[in-house]
Amino acid sequence: MTNYAYTIWIPLIPVFMFLILGLFGMKMKGSLAGILGTLGLLTITVLSYFTAYLYFFKTGEPEGGFQAITAYNIEWLAFTDTLRIHMGVLLDPISVMMLVVITTVSLMVHIYSIGYMKGEQGFQRFFAFLSLFTFSMLGLVIATNIFQMYIFWELVGVSSFLLIGFYYQKPSAVAASKKAFIVTRFADFGFLVGILIVSYFTGTFDFDLLTSGDGNIFQTIGAASFMGVSAITWALLLIFMGGAGKSALFPFHIWLPDAMEGPTPVSALIHAATMVVAGVYLVARMFVVFHFQAPGALEVVGYVGAFTSLFAAVIACTQFDIKRILAFSTLSQIGYMILALGVSEYGDEAGVGYMASMFHLFTHAMFKALLFLGAGSIIHAVHNNDLRNMGNLRKYMPITFITFAIAWLAICGIPPFAGFWSKDEILVAAFEKNKLIFFSSVFVAGLTAFYMSRLFFSVFFGKKQHYHHEPHESPLVMTFPLMFLALASIVAGFVPFHDLITSDGKSFETHLNYSIAIPSVAIAVLGMFIAFLLYYKESKVPDKISKSLGIFYTATLNKFYFDEIYLFVTRKILFNCVSQPIAWFDRHVIDGFMNSIAWAIQKSSFKMRDLQSGQVQQYAFVFVSGAIILVLCFAYWLN
Amino acid sequence: MIQDIPIQYFLIVSTTMFFIGVCGFIIRRNLITMLMAIELILNAVNINFVVFNKFLFPHQLQGHFFALIVVAIAAAEASVAIALFINIYRRFTNIEVENISEMKY
Repeated sequence: MTNYAYTIWIPLIPVFMFLILGLFGMKMKGSLAGILGTLGLLTITVLSYFTAYLYFFKTGEPEGGFQAITAYNIEWLAFTDTLRIHMGVLLDPISVMMLVVITTVSLMVHIYSIGYMKGEQGFQRFFAFLSLFTFSMLGLVIATNIFQMYIFWELVGVSSFLLIGFYYQKPSAVAASKKAFIVTRFADFGFLVGILIVSYFTGTFDFDLLTSGDGNIFQTIGAASFMGVSAITWALLLIFMGGAGKSALFPFHIWLPDAMEGPTPVSALIHAATMVVAGVYLVARMFVVFHFQAPGALEVVGYVGAFTSLFAAVIACTQFDIKRILAFSTLSQIGYMILALGVSEYGDEAGVGYMASMFHLFTHAMFKALLFLGAGSIIHAVHNNDLRNMGNLRKYMPITFITFAIAWLAICGIPPFAGFWSKDEILVAAFEKNKLIFFSSVFVAGLTAFYMSRLFFSVFFGKKQHYHHEPHESPLVMTFPLMFLALASIVAGFVPFHDLITSDGKSFETHLNYSIAIPSVAIAVLGMFIAFLLYYKESKVPDKISKSLGIFYTATLNKFYFDEIYLFVTRKILFNCVSQPIAWFDRHVIDGFMNSIAWAIQKSSFKMRDLQSGQVQQYAFVFVSGAIILVLCFAYWLN
Repeated sequence: MIQDIPIQYFLIVSTTMFFIGVCGFIIRRNLITMLMAIELILNAVNINFVVFNKFLFPHQLQGHFFALIVVAIAAAEASVAIALFINIYRRFTNIEVENISEMKY
């Protein structure tokens, strides 16, 4: 048995980096802070790769599949005999895979940021926050128990708040960061309640015990129910609500597009590897519980995922801000991962959805990070986010162009790039379980190809633009991560996930299912072809189409007015009907009560102050009259 | 002689003097009058000392001597008080007790 105790350093190094950069960063000159942060991350990337190598190939797959290893566990809080909270490192296929994904993407983002953020005010702060973010996410994936996960879950929320609001002098960034924090925090409330319900009935937080498979631990919960639905289903739905908040699934999706206000590398980190996949990871982590205890909840998960992917893909077709298009595409892809979990079964080939979800998470991390960093490179060159102000950039930025093209092909699902393989597995899983979800996913695949191609052709081809100053290729420190991730986007699809990461830890065989692969590629090519016709050359056709769609187009352009609906609900209904009466009660009844006590004391104090007149004669009078009264009293009582 | 007079008469005189002094101290606003009132109180007490000594313990002298000590203390006190009054008068040009409130707050 290999000793994995060193893995505790994987989350610890970033937190030390955060402290060093946070405390002493202002004294560092030039890019030193960035280089230091990157070196720290390089160390843990190496450690993570080493761990993955040891776990998958050295320890290998004994009889009965990959085992979960608790590499490190300490008791952190001991409230009572039964309520004890541990902190530790849990290694199993998905957490090791996540370690690799997070460190890789985070390292690339770090390197890229040295170039992208150069000379920005708060350069050191930026790297300190990046380290904190990486730490939180690493702590989340290696959590040994659901409570540790919750703690790091909140830390992820805080660090995303810090990073989205990085440009804190910009009101829109501040608003976006608050929005992200409040929306995710609201969803986390559900998560906490879910955790409490589960642990109340089972008496444990440990994933090991919760997911041990035989389900004995849930026997006590079996009888309990609320509103005709069993308690465990409620608990899992609430936990999924937390996951939906972090993963920006419908109806908690509203924070993600606004989170684009942060610096572009942050968007890459949030979207590709860290925050938004936390929800997917959570469902995958609890998958055994979902599947055996509450199939109904899992079905809900599937439908939410499918709806989110469709909904976001439709919106993405109409947006003009390139980062927002990518944000909606992330929503759509996260929906894919979630729906794959929703349609999955447990064990062997039936568990293809679970494998596909993790596979898609892995490949998506690579190409989405690449897309965002590429978009950052474009924005860096053009100083603009708007699609309409770009065009014909391939001449100016060859490396960005080629790497972006690879990512584009990967997300569209064109073989042999990474996205094709994982998307194909998802479609296979959906086909076997639920035809409705399957057809919606195939349609989304076409839409994805269309809007990504629209973005791609508009930026790199399209009309000739006059730029204020000539756009130029980004420096090597920014293009190196692009090239690395492009390479990863090509090869990631060939990682044999069915051998490594499966629902029950045992490997199984998968074959390319041509009856599904060929139509899905065909529809992707169709989407790309339509986009090619519309956007390759400058033309008036897209405008005409959008005009003819009328109200549907306007609604989509405005993201189906979800922001407005939420604002209406909060501002008009919650504020007026709930908050303001409570505020009135607080101000007039509670404060009034306290104020009246203070008022009474003040008034009586003024009265009492008059007693201390400072006049000797008055004192003498009181003294003498007191003495006389005493004498009279004594005379009266002693007789 | 003095034993022929009953003790109550002495006590009535001294009590009357004492309360005249107390009233004077409380009522009058002039510092010198207040000082005189204090002297009255002290002398009322002195009479008591002497009378009780004479009537209850005629062969001892503690009461007499205590009266003498009180007289000496009263003299010293009067001199200090008058010195203060003179300084107060120089500063405020009057010695009404209500006007001297500078160190009150």
